[in-house]
Amino acid sequence: MNIWSDPRWADALAHLPDYLGNHIRVSLTALALGLLVSLPLALIARHRPALRGALLGFASVVQTVPGLALLALFYPLLLALAALSAQWLGINFSAFGFLPAVLALALYSMLPVLRNAITGLQGIDGSILEAAQGVGMTPRQSLVMVELPLALPVIMAGIRTAAVWVIGTATLSTPIGQTSLGNYIFAGLQTQNWVFVLFGCITAAVLALLVDQLLALIEAGLRNRNRVRTAIGVAGVVALVIATLTPSLSRSQQSYVVGAKTFTEQYILASLIAQRLQAAGLPATERTGLGSNVIFDALVAGNIDVYIDYSGTLWANQLHHSDIKPRAALLADLKTELTQRRVTLLGELGFENAYALVMPRKRADTLGIRSIADLATQAGSMSIAGDYEFFSRPEWRSIRAAYGLNFRQQRQMQPDFMYAAVASGEVDVIAGYTSDGLIAKYDLVVLDDPKQAIPPYDAVVLLSPKRAEDAKLRHALQPLLGAIDIKTMREANLRASGNDAVSSAADVAKWLWNKIQKP
Amino acid sequence: MSDAPPLIAFEHVCKNFDSVRAVDDVSLTVAAGEFLAIVGSSGSGKTTLLRLANRLIVPDHGTVRIGGEDVATTDPIALRRRIGYVFQSGGLFPHMTVADNIGITPRLLRWPTADIAARVDELMGLVRLDDQAHRGRLPHELSGGQRQRVGVARALAAKPRIVLMDEPFGALDPLTRTALGEDYRALHDRLGLTTVMITHDMTEAVLLADRIAVMRGGRILAHGTPAELMQSGDAYVGELLQTPRRQAERLQALLPRDAAT
Repeated sequence: MNIWSDPRWADALAHLPDYLGNHIRVSLTALALGLLVSLPLALIARHRPALRGALLGFASVVQTVPGLALLALFYPLLLALAALSAQWLGINFSAFGFLPAVLALALYSMLPVLRNAITGLQGIDGSILEAAQGVGMTPRQSLVMVELPLALPVIMAGIRTAAVWVIGTATLSTPIGQTSLGNYIFAGLQTQNWVFVLFGCITAAVLALLVDQLLALIEAGLRNRNRVRTAIGVAGVVALVIATLTPSLSRSQQSYVVGAKTFTEQYILASLIAQRLQAAGLPATERTGLGSNVIFDALVAGNIDVYIDYSGTLWANQLHHSDIKPRAALLADLKTELTQRRVTLLGELGFENAYALVMPRKRADTLGIRSIADLATQAGSMSIAGDYEFFSRPEWRSIRAAYGLNFRQQRQMQPDFMYAAVASGEVDVIAGYTSDGLIAKYDLVVLDDPKQAIPPYDAVVLLSPKRAEDAKLRHALQPLLGAIDIKTMREANLRASGNDAVSSAADVAKWLWNKIQKP
Repeated sequence: MSDAPPLIAFEHVCKNFDSVRAVDDVSLTVAAGEFLAIVGSSGSGKTTLLRLANRLIVPDHGTVRIGGEDVATTDPIALRRRIGYVFQSGGLFPHMTVADNIGITPRLLRWPTADIAARVDELMGLVRLDDQAHRGRLPHELSGGQRQRVGVARALAAKPRIVLMDEPFGALDPLTRTALGEDYRALHDRLGLTTVMITHDMTEAVLLADRIAVMRGGRILAHGTPAELMQSGDAYVGELLQTPRRQAERLQALLPRDAAT
């Protein structure tokens, strides 16, 4: 099949106005804010060596923080600020999405702008500065008429570097709730939709090149006093900004926002919910690829209206309990505690997505391993792989304590690659997920947990405080409750992990709906 | 020497940079219409002295007067716009055209645009940059001599009475240097300027200036007309004056007048 006739290109294209518009909006706002802060700082600092050193040092340190971490750090910071502001000033603002992304990216843009502006201004020949003074310029006139024009090429080079960095890094603002071209990349990585990944990368690169060239045009125009070039460059940037405002203005503010975390199952279920709402005549949009900790806060704050979470995750991560309770008791307690936070637990979907220790069926049979207890006796010579959070979670401590597990080696992996790794013998055991379709695909076996050390992870539907009494919403979601068993979910997940045209989350969601309607 | 009040007066002026005494208790006057050359080797304090006159540098002690007025109580920006300054190797703004460089001080003084353009044309004629194509050129497109002509035109743009020149012709080849020096001296006389020029070249000073001050170690060793300087008993002054005299004698011997005809 011709790669270009793949219907996923059309699917990717359909999201382009939304993703690209948001991406440009967040990048250009961050860049503008960064310039607004950095340029005056550079001017103030140019004659003050101590301040200059401090500023450049600070900007360099910011630069060493990985982009994703910087973005993630701004979210809790703003959340705390928002709470303070609401309490003391009565002003509410959203700590979700746009604001933290803009602030983090603006901070990120500071180093090249500061460094180049300071270097550019410092690099001017002293005799020219004396001449400026000698012909009778005030310090301000010297700055505007001589120093800035002479430093312009260096300053613009810094601005262009910052623009390219910001546009690239903005793809990482997806997990903190800012829609961007990163939505393609995160969704594509999770659902193994390489068309999406490629599309996201190419669009981000093209956008970065375009903005870079527009800035180069402005620079050349300013340097050669060519008004036409400057005007074309400025008009290009203005056109980009205007183009990004159109979709946001036309978007309905009333629509229901369905959230999803960053893995396949979440994308399918968010699609399913959005489709059900639309079928019931309720406008729905998806905010996918949200970080696991961001998404719950976003629900409480009303930035999203509904999403699927798991009882054990909520219990340990959001409510900070470290004890492990039986399934029914945990669900009951969860319901009560969530109500105190004004979050509604509408009900369970009917399957569990728990952590489980998984290994190849043949290997388990050969070694005579059926349960974690059997595994414990041979673990000393084995290696285990888990996702990025597993080894710091309470269930890992609980499993180790209950069975006395001690592996030779412990590795962290991207969840999608874990299954292939255990199937190929790269690692011996993985901490997988019970609902994962790859378990069947690779002929793996889930080891029994006779001591019930792994807490239950029922998939549950959560509603935001402002939608708690929304009868239409409740009615539209009712058919999903208790309707999806583990086998069905595994099959759905397996379908979505395929790298072909019918494995998009939306297509699998449609298949899933058909499946659960006719049991 | 005239009895008119001095246009520029240094009164017991001192200036230190860190522990170095750049200008050491200098008293010196320049009469209106006079052309004074300050001669000294590098590090003698001559550039510092020049810059004290338009308050690019502020003295530690003593008073500098322009037209009888203490510069310490004058607005330095207005003062500098009233005094022309020619920098060593031009000091032209590399991003501005010749016309913009020449018209900069009138522009700072907010002259009407048409007046500035007319003044630039006039000055380009005065400094013999006749080709109108030079107007739109950038400094790096000019020869060294042309750049320095632009520097002179810029200094004269706002019609100053005083022109300060910091080794203006030092970096030029001998032919250009002589031509420019003579052209400037003619302008000085025609426009009734008062000029203070710094140079390390005694020959140039003798040829161009009315009066010469010799500086060394921040002090004025001697000052007066070339003839008066000859009377100075100072060994260093005598040594400096030997150079033009010897050059003149050698030239006389090598290029006898009758041989040319």
